[in-house]
Amino acid sequence: MRTIIFRTIAPYLAALMVLFSIFVLLRGHNEPGGGFIGGLIAASAFAIYGIACGVAAVRRAITLHPMTISAWGLFIAGLSGLPSLFLAQPFMTSQWWYVHAFGVEIPLSTPLFFDIGVYLVVVGSISSIALALEERESD
Amino acid sequence: MPLFGPEATFFAVLAPFAAAIVAPALTRAMGHNAAWPLALVPAAVFVFFAGLVPQVAGGESFTPGIAWAPAYGVSFSFFIDGLSTMFALLISGIGTFIILYAGGYLKGHAHQGRFFSFLFLFMGAMLGLVLGNDLLTLFVFWELTSITSFLLIGFDHLRAASRRAAIQALVITGGGGLSLLAGFLVIMSVTGEASMSQVLAGGDVLREHALYPLILLLVLGGAFTKSAQFPFHFWLPNAMEAPTPVSAFLHSATMVKAGVYLLMRMHPVLGDTALWTTILPVFGGATLIVGTLLAVRQTDLKLMLAYTTVASLGLLVMLTGTSWEKAIEGAALYLLAHSLFKGALFMVAGTIDHEAGTRDVTRLGGLRGAMPVTFVAACLAALSMSGLPPFVGFIAKEYLYAGIWGDGGIYYALTATAVIGNALMLVIAAAVALKPFLGAKVETPKHAHEGPLLLFAGPVALSLTGLATALLAHSTGVYLIQPVITSITGVQSTVDVHLVPGYVGAPLILSGLTVLLGIVLYLKLDALRAAMAGTLAAIGWGPDKGFDQAIAGLVRFSAAVTHRLQSGRMDIYMTLTFLVAAIALLAPPLLTGSWPAALEMPDFRFYEWGVLAIAAVGLIAVLTARTRLTAIVSLGIQGFAVALIFMLFGAPDLSFTQFMVETLSVVILALVMTRLNLQPRDHRPMGYRVVHGLIATALGVGFATLLIRVTQLTFDRSLSDFFEAYSRTIAHGRNIVNVILVDFRGFDTFGEIAVVMITGLCVLALIRVRPKRAAEGALDKASGDEALSKREEVQV
Repeated sequence: MRTIIFRTIAPYLAALMVLFSIFVLLRGHNEPGGGFIGGLIAASAFAIYGIACGVAAVRRAITLHPMTISAWGLFIAGLSGLPSLFLAQPFMTSQWWYVHAFGVEIPLSTPLFFDIGVYLVVVGSISSIALALEERESD
Repeated sequence: MPLFGPEATFFAVLAPFAAAIVAPALTRAMGHNAAWPLALVPAAVFVFFAGLVPQVAGGESFTPGIAWAPAYGVSFSFFIDGLSTMFALLISGIGTFIILYAGGYLKGHAHQGRFFSFLFLFMGAMLGLVLGNDLLTLFVFWELTSITSFLLIGFDHLRAASRRAAIQALVITGGGGLSLLAGFLVIMSVTGEASMSQVLAGGDVLREHALYPLILLLVLGGAFTKSAQFPFHFWLPNAMEAPTPVSAFLHSATMVKAGVYLLMRMHPVLGDTALWTTILPVFGGATLIVGTLLAVRQTDLKLMLAYTTVASLGLLVMLTGTSWEKAIEGAALYLLAHSLFKGALFMVAGTIDHEAGTRDVTRLGGLRGAMPVTFVAACLAALSMSGLPPFVGFIAKEYLYAGIWGDGGIYYALTATAVIGNALMLVIAAAVALKPFLGAKVETPKHAHEGPLLLFAGPVALSLTGLATALLAHSTGVYLIQPVITSITGVQSTVDVHLVPGYVGAPLILSGLTVLLGIVLYLKLDALRAAMAGTLAAIGWGPDKGFDQAIAGLVRFSAAVTHRLQSGRMDIYMTLTFLVAAIALLAPPLLTGSWPAALEMPDFRFYEWGVLAIAAVGLIAVLTARTRLTAIVSLGIQGFAVALIFMLFGAPDLSFTQFMVETLSVVILALVMTRLNLQPRDHRPMGYRVVHGLIATALGVGFATLLIRVTQLTFDRSLSDFFEAYSRTIAHGRNIVNVILVDFRGFDTFGEIAVVMITGLCVLALIRVRPKRAAEGALDKASGDEALSKREEVQV
């Protein structure tokens, strides 16, 4: 598997895939995409990087343990349901803000944060499984 | 919320819970003297409810509360009337002295703070139970008393006997609670009301409903287990494993009375039917006789009292079960009397145990000199228990005899039962109050001396209250008994309570007879005890043993089931899962004949046929693959082909996801192969291949049938229309799939991502465990769970 071509190309490929996954995540509300599919793309990016350059390199690159990422995702998804409670609306009622920056209107919403949470959970869980399986030595 | 008046009940119920939180810290700071400030909490609650007495006695009732789950009509509300006020007074009043007593009894115990906490938790739960108006509020507190009593009975958790008693009490009363919940749910669906006050206002609705017998039996299931009616009585004596403050509080005045409370509470709508006046007196009477007879057999002071408690509860159930107003007067008076004298006597028994080192009545004697105050308190309480003047127990006995005496078989049976029961009660009262104190001094394990103020305050106060309520009989009647009877009968009633009987009639004669019989039996106590012991030994089996057998049987049964189902072999799990799924899919069409109509030949374009061909090639490759790795990759071909089909037919989201899931599945399965050193070739014998092939075919056919059938049904567009109409306008998104996932059904997704994470953690754990166990079985298991987690992802 570890051919020189693969090893050379893998970092760029992985970087592009992660970038693409974020793109897919953010466009998800209006075009095909979303947190789940974005998460899967990012997880396969880490898996490819791991196969090519070793698990240690991936772990260094993402700093946090993948399971920690997953937990943060769940936490963010849970938090995104809370703001509506302060407005006396049921849990998880979506809230929207329109922020103007650099001359464009950027819509922000609680479902966006929820979707980011989904993304992080999927990335974390799947890549932690993949990385654990790729590791030759038990940690 | 105001701090005074009925609206403040919320705080009164909350106060014990708050005290439970501060108790450990306070006990760490002050030691056992923390009992003094802590006792102020129930005392304040007592004062609060005492302040409500005049209004309640005037015939008013209150239902303060707040909405809890308005969507389901559930509120967190209280119902304050005569009955609940009386119970609240008993719980908080006796609770005050129990806290003091616990301070003295567990002095220096390492976990005294925790004990206070448990007591307060129980007290709060009990207050909530008797005050709860909403049926579900009442049920929650009902179960909370079961749980807190589990903690209290099992307080001495290092002893096996304590643990067994705690589990037994929890199983019996908790199981009864479930029966009660079912009863409440039926009541709610029949009446359409969720609160006790509304149900009580319903009149004959429940009695005339076809489901009345079911409702009654379910409610009785809760009440009889909680109030230890025969044959569920055995958990109560076993619960004497708990420290004495617990026995004095839970098993005399409060928790065991919850069942009686419920019966009295529901009497206006459930009582006075043929079923009610048959079941209750029969079981109550049986409990009374069985309880007193078993009490005679005991030599342990606490056990003697415990069995008489069972008997007293039987008496109360019997009286409530007659539905006669006079008998209910007796029940209301006896309820008050019993709580006072039994609480006092339990505390006396505990003090003797604490100071003399034993509570075996045959090893005690001549303590009157050493423990004069306790002796006096014991005598006062025992006189009330024996039903002698001038105590409230005497009044109670007069009224209950007046209530059940009459001309006719049923009256004679009830009166005979009550007389025998009360006579035996007198025997036990005398044995508990006189035996340890009178006679020659007997050498005890500890050098006996009077207990501290904390220990004798309770018995003295409670037994004096028993005297005071009798001397002030008129006020007791007006302020306490009359409102209670009004609650139980459901109609405004007046009762005039006298200490001195107005006439020499049947009640007084029956009282005299009871006392005579009691004295005769007391003098023959040793012979009676030996006879009872012999009889019980001859019977040999009892519900207590039956409980053990039932639990052991349950454990064996579940072990057998688990052993059979959880073989630990992944291939069996998967075979079973697929087989059951196939049966579930194929059984309905096979049984009902609802097969889908034959498919017409679809009008595909050539490239669509091409994609289908690729899928077919992939499948053939899976079947003919030499190695497992080839098979996995070939399966991926089929998966990609399906993803292409999704794409062609206009489901880009699904297609995307399918591509990614297929890719990752192939990668992860390949990794599993290498990581777990699975054999590259599949070595299943031919027989297995055939069986597995058949199951796989059945599952495939089943799913295909289901899907074809679904597409042939008329499509209900209501959801699609809704999402199409609102996805853009409400949720500001054009991608309906995504909007459904993150907004309309976001809560589902939240649950699903939690499952993804948990699955990830489990897989991680399995992979890490692996190197320590090189066994072949463990390998298959890990790879199988991998497949499971994959399925989980696909579901999301």
